[in-house]
Amino acid sequence: MRLGVLFSGGKDSLFACWKAMQQEEVACLITVVSQNPESYMFHTPNIRLAALQAEAAGLPLVEVETAGEKEAELLDLARALLQAREQFGIEGVVTGAILSVYQATRVQRICRELDLWCFNPLWHADQEAYMEELINSRFRVIIAGVFSCPFDASWLGREIDRRALDELRDAAQKYQITLTGEGGEFETFVVDAPFFSRRIVIEEASRTYRNYNGILRIERAGLVEK
Amino acid sequence: MILVIDLCYRNDSLSRAEFVGPVERILREAGAEFAVRHYIAAGAPEIEAADAVILCGTALKDTGFTEHPEMFRWLLAFERPVLGISSGMRALAAAFGGGTEPCYEIGMIDVQVLAPDPLFAGREGFRAYELHESAVRVPEGFIPLAVSDRCVQAIRHPSLPLYGLLFHPEVRNEWAIEQFLRLVETAQ
Repeated sequence: MRLGVLFSGGKDSLFACWKAMQQEEVACLITVVSQNPESYMFHTPNIRLAALQAEAAGLPLVEVETAGEKEAELLDLARALLQAREQFGIEGVVTGAILSVYQATRVQRICRELDLWCFNPLWHADQEAYMEELINSRFRVIIAGVFSCPFDASWLGREIDRRALDELRDAAQKYQITLTGEGGEFETFVVDAPFFSRRIVIEEASRTYRNYNGILRIERAGLVEK
Repeated sequence: MILVIDLCYRNDSLSRAEFVGPVERILREAGAEFAVRHYIAAGAPEIEAADAVILCGTALKDTGFTEHPEMFRWLLAFERPVLGISSGMRALAAAFGGGTEPCYEIGMIDVQVLAPDPLFAGREGFRAYELHESAVRVPEGFIPLAVSDRCVQAIRHPSLPLYGLLFHPEVRNEWAIEQFLRLVETAQ
């Protein structure tokens, strides 16, 4: 089955893509670029770098812009899926949704309208097992945004390695946040994945941080041999 | 041992993690002993050895299991607890002669309990996650246990602990699977 992966550049969509590649044929990545930083559906930090990640993965990218207004952005998502179907003949869509019923419900409805299969390989997964598999499978993931206590500015740009995962685990227990950041506690950016032919190097980045809210904005990045 | 049956379009499919994985996680967390088999591969010895069966759901477009009704005929003589979830409810109902009717629901909806049953542990209503194009026509003799404003959401065999749920209890209603496990313990 030819599939398009809804792609934010974060760990969940890239991990879902990798799972899809093991079972079916991933024909393209699909990104909805939101102008609204508060978008309900689409992550925003560093979304422009999705093109670089797609190049690293050797996959075509379908990119659609949205103003990011609450329900209107769903029409833009439908437009993106239609474009992916026309250009790459996709028969289904893959998402990295873990717990968000809001997100999953809307994607499922759009897929139904467009007669597309819908796959959510991380849906209600064991979060501990998922994070372990992410690290063991040689994904290299950095924290690109923090939006809750206890994350200080030192987390911005930090790689989620085994030590960071231990600290996330402690934070998840102590502050009742999700281990995966699914509750919007943090955002991630993937610099390397098992299916990347080259990895991403961040050459220049800026940080803004205040009161447990911060973003790592990647200003310049390139691809290097692995 | 609980036999968890995967109804997805093929063994070890991309849908398995979505429709079987969460059920496995709940059983693991509850300390239940279980094995997973695809419906095509579930053999008579495994079915014989099972204390109970859970029939999992499938993707919205995945109705391949309906083309193999013979693979579910053993349900007629099973007589131990069965929990059919969404597509699993459809397979259970079909085995007992129940048909389907179009009923599209995706997302969270209100479920109202019609008949008290140990499975609902005293609940009169709750919100549930739905993902289906069709609902079942209640097989003759089966009891409709719960409804939404559009269709029947839960059924039970008149005398055996065979249940069908149209909603997905593994999403936000894990208690229903835990309650089923208690019924399995009681039945043993």
